Amino acid sequence: MNRRTLLAGAAALSALIAAPAMAQDEPLKVGFIYVGPVGDGGWTYQHDLGRQAVEAEYGDRVETTFIESVPEGADAERALTQLALAGNKLIFATSFGFMDPTINVASKFPDVKFEHATGYKRADNVATYDARFYEGRAVIGTIAGRMTESNKIGYIGSFPIPEVIQGINSSFIHARKVNPDVEMKVVWAYSWFDPAKEADAASALLAEGVDVILQHTDSTAPLAKAQEAGAIGFGQASDMAAFAPSPRVASIIDNWAPYYVERVGEVLDGTWESKATWAGIGDGEVVIGDITEAVPAEVKAEAEALRDSIGSGEYHPFTGPLNKADGSVWLAEGETASDEDLQSMNFYVEGITAQIPQ
Amino acid sequence: MIDPLSVFLLLLSASTPILFAALGELVVERAGVLNLGVEGMMITGALSGFAVAHATGNPFAGFLGAAVAGAAISLLFAALTQAFLANQVASGLSLTLFGLGMAAMFGKPLEGVKAPPMPAGPFGINWIVWLGLLAVPAIWWFLTRSRPGLVLRGVGENHDAAHALGYDVRLTRLAAIAFGGAMAGIGGAFISIATVLQWTEGMTAGAGWIALAIVVFSNWTAVGVLAGAWLFGGVTVLQLRLQAAGVNVPVQLLSMAPYLATIIVLVLISGRQKYSRRAGAAAPGSLGRNFHALR
Repeated sequence: MNRRTLLAGAAALSALIAAPAMAQDEPLKVGFIYVGPVGDGGWTYQHDLGRQAVEAEYGDRVETTFIESVPEGADAERALTQLALAGNKLIFATSFGFMDPTINVASKFPDVKFEHATGYKRADNVATYDARFYEGRAVIGTIAGRMTESNKIGYIGSFPIPEVIQGINSSFIHARKVNPDVEMKVVWAYSWFDPAKEADAASALLAEGVDVILQHTDSTAPLAKAQEAGAIGFGQASDMAAFAPSPRVASIIDNWAPYYVERVGEVLDGTWESKATWAGIGDGEVVIGDITEAVPAEVKAEAEALRDSIGSGEYHPFTGPLNKADGSVWLAEGETASDEDLQSMNFYVEGITAQIPQ
Repeated sequence: MIDPLSVFLLLLSASTPILFAALGELVVERAGVLNLGVEGMMITGALSGFAVAHATGNPFAGFLGAAVAGAAISLLFAALTQAFLANQVASGLSLTLFGLGMAAMFGKPLEGVKAPPMPAGPFGINWIVWLGLLAVPAIWWFLTRSRPGLVLRGVGENHDAAHALGYDVRLTRLAAIAFGGAMAGIGGAFISIATVLQWTEGMTAGAGWIALAIVVFSNWTAVGVLAGAWLFGGVTVLQLRLQAAGVNVPVQLLSMAPYLATIIVLVLISGRQKYSRRAGAAAPGSLGRNFHALR
């Protein structure tokens, strides 16, 4: 907290000092706020790799700053305001809960461009971007369905929001496709990053007889717990290769670098405009990390074939016939889910017995 | 549906960090010192314990290192409050802020590093969990049955009287504070070495504050501390287990329950104190007051 204030203070100070020397070639200042520490080895780490890619691509033409471990809520507004006051002309807010703070701050700084990850509220100077994580979930769901021996798969959710529910549904559908006996147990941690809580959640799932753990939280704690219990899991957001070849048997990697490089480039040549981007495996934004030798070759081949058919657009992970958990029809035979449907998803598909907390 | 034994096993490990920290703080408060720096000492222990465990490859050496580091940083608080007679509440709060910031800074190189594996103890329960359970009767015996414990309580109840009897108030309090720091350090290290198996900034996530609440909840008794730690740990574990079992539980309500219980216990204690001081220990008489021999 103190360190963050210090960083932002130093940034503001350097902006003041630099102000008189403002010239034509002033580098474009790009700011980032992160929900966790850069060293989380997951979500925030990947966003920071994207930031580093921007620096590598544009060199002296850009100057980047980041503020890490910003809580979602009112504190985010303060951090965003600090970045805007420090002269950043493009600011990336990299967590769902930064949505309203971003919109509020953006209305006060009309010349600053904002990019909000995984949200749905836009303005003339606020664009949104997201990745189709559910495409990756389909692939690891397939592996999970094949690998489980107890036929129980555990899922550690962060918050019951559409992005996370898409992941739960997608992995369940594909696990059940290859293993009709699969059951899904869901535990909500109500945090994106709380290693102790995530570890306790993993222990609770393991005690329920789960032997494959999927997670939609950002730390590597669930993998460490899985390792202790001889269960397997998947890298989330980042490769988490330190836990390969087992318990981490594959991973979903968020590759933000191409998007960040493209958007910063657009600001540099003045072509940036507010839009919603939702890229997936085919665009290289969602990457499936190396599937290790702990997975049998035929399962690996099956998962890779699924990955490629999603990437080429030939197959959509939400293809009918699919029913909702209450038994009502959602998608008819051959029908695929629309993006609007997915972005407001608030129900489980048929077969998941848990209930979504309201 | 849910196997109670497995819930109990999870409860034991989830309550261990707060049990250690609260037992330490119990002894500190019984000596008449209010140290609000528990969170800072825990995070210091979590980091130093992890660093030592990683460097030596021995988790037990890590716990020892955590105890030493926790005691060392608590001496900062001891110097401020016992030698310079600074305000205890302010000193304790600054110890927490200082510990969190310092651990975040020095912890950077350890991010993403894995802890060495911890051998399971008897019945598959972690050795440190056993140690925590043994500490409860040991501290009970020390406080209520031993002579040094009597002196410590005397210092906490009325430091002027203890001084007049010739006991060294400051030395007693210094020892209590260092013990509290060591216990908080071990509690913090349990999170990094045994639960999460890695270091992350801010990983104690408020456990130190819960430990402080438990000491009040316990009515300043060792057995009460154990009950409080199990209540707080149990609710966390139970709500996760119920979720995993597919029961639709109101998570927010359950998370609130231990705090509600603390308030109820406080009300009960204050009611009872009116009638008799003998019935319970209640808050030590000199709690939070600084001592100066020349006054």
